[in-house]
Amino acid sequence: MTALGLLRRALLLLAMPVVLVAAWWVATAGSTDFFWPPLSTILGTFDDTWFHGRITGDVLPSLGRLAAGYLLALALGVGLGVAIGSVRVLRALLEPVLEFFRAIPSPVLVPILMLFAGIGNGMKILVIVSGCVWPVLLNTVEGVRALDEVLRDTARCYRMRPHSRLVHLVLRGASPQITAGARQALSIGIILMVISEMFAASNGVGFTIIQFQRGFSIPQMWSGIILLGLIGIALSAAFHVVETRVLRWYTGLRRAQREG
Amino acid sequence: MTAAVTADAAGDGRGGRRRRAAPGWLLGLAGLAGLVALVEAVPRAGLVKERFLPPFSDMVSALADEAGTGAFWRALLETLRGWAIGLAVATAAGVVLGVVIGGLPPVRAATASTIEFLRPIPSVALIPLAVLLYGTTMRATLLLVVYASFWQVLVQVLYGVRDVDPVARETARSYRFRTLTQVRTVLWPTALPYVMTGFRLAAAVALILEITGELVIGSPGLGKQIAVAQSSGAVASMYALVIVVGLIGVVVNVIVRAVERRVLRWHPSVRREVFS
Amino acid sequence: MTTAPTGAGTAGTSTALLDVRGLKKVYQGRGRSVEAVRDLTFAVGPGELVCIVGPSGAGKTTLLRCVAGLLDCTSGEVVLEGEKVTGPPRGMAVVFQEYGRSLFPWMTVRQNVERPLKEKRVPKAERRRLVDEALEAVGLAKVHDSHPWQLSGGMQQRVAIARAVAYEPHILLMDEPFAAVDAQTRADLEDLVRSLWQRLGVTVLFVTHDIDESVYLGQRVIVLSNSPTVVLEEVRIDLPDERDQLTTRAEPRFAELRTRIYKLVQQAKDGHRPAE
Repeated sequence: MTALGLLRRALLLLAMPVVLVAAWWVATAGSTDFFWPPLSTILGTFDDTWFHGRITGDVLPSLGRLAAGYLLALALGVGLGVAIGSVRVLRALLEPVLEFFRAIPSPVLVPILMLFAGIGNGMKILVIVSGCVWPVLLNTVEGVRALDEVLRDTARCYRMRPHSRLVHLVLRGASPQITAGARQALSIGIILMVISEMFAASNGVGFTIIQFQRGFSIPQMWSGIILLGLIGIALSAAFHVVETRVLRWYTGLRRAQREG
Repeated sequence: MTAAVTADAAGDGRGGRRRRAAPGWLLGLAGLAGLVALVEAVPRAGLVKERFLPPFSDMVSALADEAGTGAFWRALLETLRGWAIGLAVATAAGVVLGVVIGGLPPVRAATASTIEFLRPIPSVALIPLAVLLYGTTMRATLLLVVYASFWQVLVQVLYGVRDVDPVARETARSYRFRTLTQVRTVLWPTALPYVMTGFRLAAAVALILEITGELVIGSPGLGKQIAVAQSSGAVASMYALVIVVGLIGVVVNVIVRAVERRVLRWHPSVRREVFS
Repeated sequence: MTTAPTGAGTAGTSTALLDVRGLKKVYQGRGRSVEAVRDLTFAVGPGELVCIVGPSGAGKTTLLRCVAGLLDCTSGEVVLEGEKVTGPPRGMAVVFQEYGRSLFPWMTVRQNVERPLKEKRVPKAERRRLVDEALEAVGLAKVHDSHPWQLSGGMQQRVAIARAVAYEPHILLMDEPFAAVDAQTRADLEDLVRSLWQRLGVTVLFVTHDIDESVYLGQRVIVLSNSPTVVLEEVRIDLPDERDQLTTRAEPRFAELRTRIYKLVQQAKDGHRPAE
């Protein structure tokens, strides 16, 4: 039964993508359109394009910058978010300012940050941080603010120390919102990873794809688009695994509330 | 007596909150004023070079100069137009496809996980393709805008359709020729709050991609103006334009939230959104 | 009848474990202030089980929050074991009405009970023993690895009680702890509180709006006036210590006490107050 269920799920999960890929394959088979090369050609160039030096030369540097920027933004967003969410005056003071910063589309920060940090790794990481930090920050503020009053009182009554209040009450209690912010931040981070490389770089996935496009290496460009898609899917899947673990109590609680 | 009782209950929550509300307003203004003062003072004090961060007053005068040019207003219009068209197309496509997919259970089962699977493909991956297909025209950016905001709408519509009472859905299936009526009377009202959520998210995403497209691809609009200002070293103008873009973002958020509240005010299923 | 006994509770001040003197709480609103508690004076001796009843909105929760150190009082003072209460004191545990919200949903039952002991830096072996005993005492030894939300309401409140008991408080405050559980569970929990009180010798201050419950549980019942609150009267419950849901509630004396307190609460609702 469970094996069958698993098979069913796998089938449902994969059926549609397989159909779509097959449709792409058939539709472009024998295509002579310069911009839409046959999928077989694109996949044929995939190995040549990416697996001979570009994984370490482009993909890993990109992912490294993403990881650095993303984790930094998480730490910064959660830290500031907890502080702002806990202090009412600070929250009232900063709310409109934060709303404004969140509303700025983060890619426009690229030219600004290029002024300060040049075009090196530092700038790209800074761009990713400056884009990812807002959803994390604002959601953390929201999560800390929405902490249950009774739970707060409970923590006070049992004289929880500041450190364990932070770890066992505030961070855990706000974790559903923090995770939601982190999920938004991840997709923003990927976008900024690519954008910052398209602007000015000497390596990276975004840089390479733009090079292909400018050089009219169309199948290679397509393979880059596919690679970016796969990176997006893989990172989102990894995030989902972490999220499921961290929020197991929350999904259970929500289900119990809905049934009860 | 009851007056005293309710007053007691209110004293704990409402009374206390109201006491904070007025300073909260002022504090928010103070926060903004503080930011302005900071941006003015830091470069003036020489803490940051003025060619990196000009004082706020310079940004304002640069903005005033910009506002005197037709190019600025044309760019603003282009941006808003691209945003509106992209959002409209994405919303229409997302709603129609969402209702069709969600209304046909086998299709829904087959696509539900696929959509979760395809959604994380980053929109910017399409930039090179958009440039190849449409050059630096508005359509290149439109492709990105539609692609990115489409997913927001679609996913929310699917959540909404899933929320429909199964009994009502069964009925809809057994009376085949009345399906369209059922969509209108059963499915749509249930899904409407979700559609509005999707619309709200899509509006923000569409603006981000519109500006991004203009900035990176060079299609007409404020994003392009920012790129031009940057490459010509007009730092104050660049900051001024970024502020304008941020303000547009704030205005879009405020308007879309207001629209959402208005549309859903009389809606019977508004209570269910709490559990979404 | 209603004027005389107001000061009765202060008789044993010197030996009291908890001493509430002239407690007054005014909530400050903007341009309006609400006097929730006017003047409360009573004492609870060591090992006593005292119930507080009053009409709804009588400021019972305000009183309890002041005693628990969660709320600053406007004037007067709360003294616990000779020390003035300024924040949540050591040696006090509170069981809230909202069981679903006072347990940490991300912790298991065992972790919930253990957390306060970790805060108290109780050594590991001792902690283990206390948690096991407490869970055993409330009949939850089997579900210690569950999360609170997997349990019924009554069981969740048992977890909260176990947590309070394991903390080894000198005084246990209970704020309408059984108001949100069904009648059968409520009777079980009442017996649980009685038996824990007798076994552990802990002092209990039990706030309720249920007159039967206050008579069944307490050695003494303090009846509050409506808001702004003062003590209307104290009633000694001279029922035998061994109580039983069936026989105790069937006793004529139980009915008498119940009627007496019922009348007092009715008077309180009608705005009757002791002369000032």
